Amino acid sequence: MSEAQAHSFWRSPVIWPLAGILALVLANLLHDRSVAFLSVTVSDGHLYGSLIDIFSQGSRCMLVALGMTLVIAVSGVDLAVGSIMAIGGALAAILLTQHSAPLVLAVAAALAVTAAAGLTSGLLVAGLRLQPIVATLILMVAGRGVAQLITDGNVVTIQRPGFEFLGNGYLIGLPFSAVLVAVLYLIVNTVLRRSALGLFIEAAGDNETASRFAGLAVARVKCLAYVASGFCAGLAGLLAASNIRAADPLTSGTNMELDAIFAVVVGGTALTGGRFSLLGSWIGALLLQTLTVTMYNLGVAPAVAPVPKALLIIGVCLLQSEKSRRWLGGLWRKPV
Amino acid sequence: MKIYAPRMFLRTCLALSALILAPLASAATKPLKIGFAQTGAESAWRTANTESMKSEAAKRGIDLKFADGQGKPENQIRAVRSFVAQGVDVIIIAPIETTGWEPVLREAKAAKIPVIVMDRSIDVSDESLYACFIGSDFAEEGRMAADWLAKHTNGKGRILELQGTTGSSAAGERKRAFAEGIAKYPDLKVIDSQSGNFGRELGKQVMEAFLKKHGRNFDIVYAHNDDMALGAIQAIEAAGLKPGKDVMIVSIDAVREGVEAVVAGKINCTVECNPLFGPKAYDAAAKLAAGQPVLPRKQFNKDELFDATNAAAALPIRKY
Repeated sequence: MSEAQAHSFWRSPVIWPLAGILALVLANLLHDRSVAFLSVTVSDGHLYGSLIDIFSQGSRCMLVALGMTLVIAVSGVDLAVGSIMAIGGALAAILLTQHSAPLVLAVAAALAVTAAAGLTSGLLVAGLRLQPIVATLILMVAGRGVAQLITDGNVVTIQRPGFEFLGNGYLIGLPFSAVLVAVLYLIVNTVLRRSALGLFIEAAGDNETASRFAGLAVARVKCLAYVASGFCAGLAGLLAASNIRAADPLTSGTNMELDAIFAVVVGGTALTGGRFSLLGSWIGALLLQTLTVTMYNLGVAPAVAPVPKALLIIGVCLLQSEKSRRWLGGLWRKPV
Repeated sequence: MKIYAPRMFLRTCLALSALILAPLASAATKPLKIGFAQTGAESAWRTANTESMKSEAAKRGIDLKFADGQGKPENQIRAVRSFVAQGVDVIIIAPIETTGWEPVLREAKAAKIPVIVMDRSIDVSDESLYACFIGSDFAEEGRMAADWLAKHTNGKGRILELQGTTGSSAAGERKRAFAEGIAKYPDLKVIDSQSGNFGRELGKQVMEAFLKKHGRNFDIVYAHNDDMALGAIQAIEAAGLKPGKDVMIVSIDAVREGVEAVVAGKINCTVECNPLFGPKAYDAAAKLAAGQPVLPRKQFNKDELFDATNAAAALPIRKY
């Protein structure tokens, strides 16, 4: 590694959430006084252990964070992702159980509807120029109602081996959902960085007016980001429903918008838009799930659990901030 | 003005007599008019609760004004206010929140309309603001689960607890009463307890973490509701254990899927939290409308327990 590369590595925002994950793993090891937390065994022909759980259960947040990164990059925010998850799961469940639709059709229909829901938000933001928070808040509130309407307010149990595979299956020993999400991240990252699309997104988020004068179809780029977010949330809803073999329109995806925004911000994408880091969002979501599992492992009482969570989040955010880092650095550097 | 005076006087007389006679006539012929402010439709339990209220009203020929609060306390307060304006005979409230009820209940009291609080309790400084409370005895449910466990394990076992939503009265009472119930048995212990938020997703996730943390060093899972138990079952099965055999599972609610799991042998016992409030609520309402007090002021719906001995027989006649 050259000196310049090493320098950029230490300046990368990804380093701090990674440090957070490391600190959490260390806390688990110290608490257990053994390496049980890191142990991965083979059971039933697939890998088994806390680390595997973190990747499989964290996959939904990673997926929602993928779409959220793009929306935040175009200086928007999508609060509707949790409700869209509920819609996706509910729709697939009804199609699979009451209409006994083929799996591919049910999944495609659910994804098409959730992408269309994203498009609605996109049109409101880019076309009618509503504030992103207001525009997506509409769907956040109404969407959960729609999801409950779809299933009549009930939890719908799904018993279809093909569908169960999405959230419970294993591919060469690894949880399928985690593999699927990682592959999606790779594809999106490659497409955005190899084509001009990534640049368009950053330009639209960084300076909308200048981009429009430069001939960029800003509205279309923004719309596309919301469609991607709707699609990702819909797929996450399918994973959630598959994971528990049931669509629960009331609890599925609750507070997911907050988790996803947290993952994105911790990963180094600024809420003001512009530059974004997909790898950062992935690691941010990983940090969040590691935190949740750590709370269970350390046996932190649920009433107290939000406190250590908040402390870690504040810590990571402070370390990321240029100003507070400089201040911290000044503590042990002699004044010149 | 003068020309119209006799007509005005006549009209006033007519209106006044109508006002005086109307309640008399309605008492004899009109059906009981009851306003019911429901929380919303957040769960299968709630849907069954609403269904029971509606069907029982139809059966008794009660004129039921139903208001769905859609999970928002302000909707409920508005609904109760409109019930007062409509002059219903009795108001039934299934409160979303415990606080904020005083002003509107004072309005109801001023209009001499008795109020029944259902399902969840409320906090008011003046207890006379409502006539009676009809609810589920969450503590009794926790106690029944503890007693069943003590009997079927000979008072021995390591328990993992899946709590409901932190801060909810259902979770709090079910946890406290269960802990009191097993306190008599020193070898029956809760070794770990986490919140699964009354949902399947977290129920499964917490159970996965428990399985990694405790390995096979536990015997019993106590879940505060069936949804979490059903999620936990999936995690236990994925870990290669047999729920109901390798791990004993005790739960509360007895929703249809829960009782089905008892029949399938995956849940060992589930304590019912009966949502069919209709009969009891309207019995009380009829008494109140006739001017009689309802005693005792706090009434609880009778809960049953389902295990391998009675679940299969109960399943076909379950309404929810």
